[in-house]
Amino acid sequence: MFVQLLGALPGALAQGLVWGLMAIGVYLTFRILDFADLTVDGSICTGAAVCTVLVLRGMNPWLAMLCALICGFIAGALTGVLHIYLGIPAILAGILTQMVLWSVNLKIMGKANLTLPARTTPVLLSQLNIPSAILILFGIAAALIVLLYAFFGTELGCSIRATGSNAVMSRAQGINTGFTKILGLAISNALVALSGALLCQYQGFADINMGRGAVVIGLAAVVIGEALVSRLPQNFALSLFGVLLGAVVYYIVYQTIIFVGFDTDFLKMFSAVVVGLFLGVPYLKKQISVTFRSKKGGKTNA
Amino acid sequence: MLELCNVTKVFNRGTIDEKIALDHLSLTLSDGDFVTVIGGNGAGKSTMQNAICGTWLPDAGKIVLDGIDVTALPEYKRAKYLGRVYQDPQMGTAPGMRIEENLALAARRGQRRGLRFGIHQKEREAYKTALSELGLGLESRLSAKVGTLSGGQRQALTLLMATMKKPKLLLLDEHTAALDPKTAAKVMELTEQIVTENKLTTLMITHNMRDAIRYGNRLIMLHEGRVILDISGEEKSKLTVSDLIEMFGRASGSEFVSDRAILS
Ligand SMILES: Nc1ncnc2c1ncn2[C@@H]1O[C@H](COP(=O)(O)OP(=O)(O)OP(=O)(O)O)[C@@H](O)[C@H]1O
Ligand SMILES: [Mg+2]
Repeated sequence: MFVQLLGALPGALAQGLVWGLMAIGVYLTFRILDFADLTVDGSICTGAAVCTVLVLRGMNPWLAMLCALICGFIAGALTGVLHIYLGIPAILAGILTQMVLWSVNLKIMGKANLTLPARTTPVLLSQLNIPSAILILFGIAAALIVLLYAFFGTELGCSIRATGSNAVMSRAQGINTGFTKILGLAISNALVALSGALLCQYQGFADINMGRGAVVIGLAAVVIGEALVSRLPQNFALSLFGVLLGAVVYYIVYQTIIFVGFDTDFLKMFSAVVVGLFLGVPYLKKQISVTFRSKKGGKTNA
Repeated sequence: MLELCNVTKVFNRGTIDEKIALDHLSLTLSDGDFVTVIGGNGAGKSTMQNAICGTWLPDAGKIVLDGIDVTALPEYKRAKYLGRVYQDPQMGTAPGMRIEENLALAARRGQRRGLRFGIHQKEREAYKTALSELGLGLESRLSAKVGTLSGGQRQALTLLMATMKKPKLLLLDEHTAALDPKTAAKVMELTEQIVTENKLTTLMITHNMRDAIRYGNRLIMLHEGRVILDISGEEKSKLTVSDLIEMFGRASGSEFVSDRAILS
């Protein structure tokens, strides 16, 4: 059984890398922009649907991935527009876009599930050849991390980061925070859709339900990744790499749990518990240290 | 330099919480004026500055800055002309970004932000010099996150950011109120130094009557959204705190109340 588990690890690594790209998208909204974006659950499927349909029609997979990326960009921008121009709360704006995408995705695919067979289509990667898939995914991830690192170091990138850190100050420094929020959401969902485009090629199909709960997996990868690199010097590229690694760790643990014979019905709950713990424990720690301090202070005053 | 003409702002109009925060407020500042603003709680001081900054649009009236009608200009567009320091030290800086990155953001106020580098090596040297003039030791911590700075350090940094690109108008809203007395004095000293050196037109809200008298060339008092006192020049330099309180009583027909006013 142990040997079997080892055999499943490369697959987990590949899956982790695919979902890691999505997690980087989630990191950009959740941590950089301070925006809880639920568009993700829909836009990952949009990416997969667009890519699957285009490749099936004979388009070059790189070009199909680019189209998927652009569609994700538009989806993210839609959430941003709903939030900024119609004043809809962040979470609800994401849910509305998600609803829109559900219908759009169905229309794109024509049915709920569409296979993309690796043997007969010119896909870039597939789980039939995991080593090559890992190489390709690693290359794409590395290139994207470098690109994002460079972008968030530019004036425009800095203005997006500033918006997430302090929107009032950003406006006082002449930053159009409505625009930067929309742009940030668009970039994030472009990455998510790209991840979906890679996922459908890797697993050989696109499914209308494939994005369900994706945002929680993304958040799990983000919090695990942050824990992994928390002791290292703070650096944006390193944080992104940490998130990628977080997704890989997540999938390795996931595989292990399946192998141990854990009831797979609980897997979604497991993801939610991971996110809940990682976000909740630091908060509780802070609360406890505050009460502790105030109690101590009370004693000395008495 | 600044002209407020009959600016009116009503919050929660038509409800029981209706509040006329600015009531046909008119005020004209000349080039180089350093005006201190006092007034009780809820007098409309912060609201006046928010109107100038464009936090929201006024219900009526006109705001002209150096000949430019900014009344309907969105906040981020008029930011190019304005420098601002808030009462809350958290408000003026991006805590998640480095000191140098915050300064670089401020250095680009009013410019298009494109795909050029967010900060250049050359700038770092300039920032070091500027920070060392604050005398707080920040020049050796360029790459520290602003979130790790103390309130006083943040206010000094915000002040530097507000004035690095010379604004047409500097707005200070009780920017020393959240600091301990010693730090407050230091930040106030820096403020005067920067304002004088750059000949900045300044509108400074304060609850400290002594500061209001000591600094600037003109003093105005707000009450219920209007200017009820406007003293400048020789007359202002001779003012005492008790004069001010008495004048307030005469002009407003009520007693000066402010839970935070520092009278002595
Ligand atoms: N965003 C808002 N919504 C509703 N009411 C507001 C808002 N901002 C200010 N007000 C009200 O407008 C009035 C003027 O407030 P403002 O903050 O300008 O007072 P202030 O002179 O700055 O007082 P303080 O000395 O307490 O800072 C107050 O009654 C306040 O409650
Ligand atoms: Mg105020």
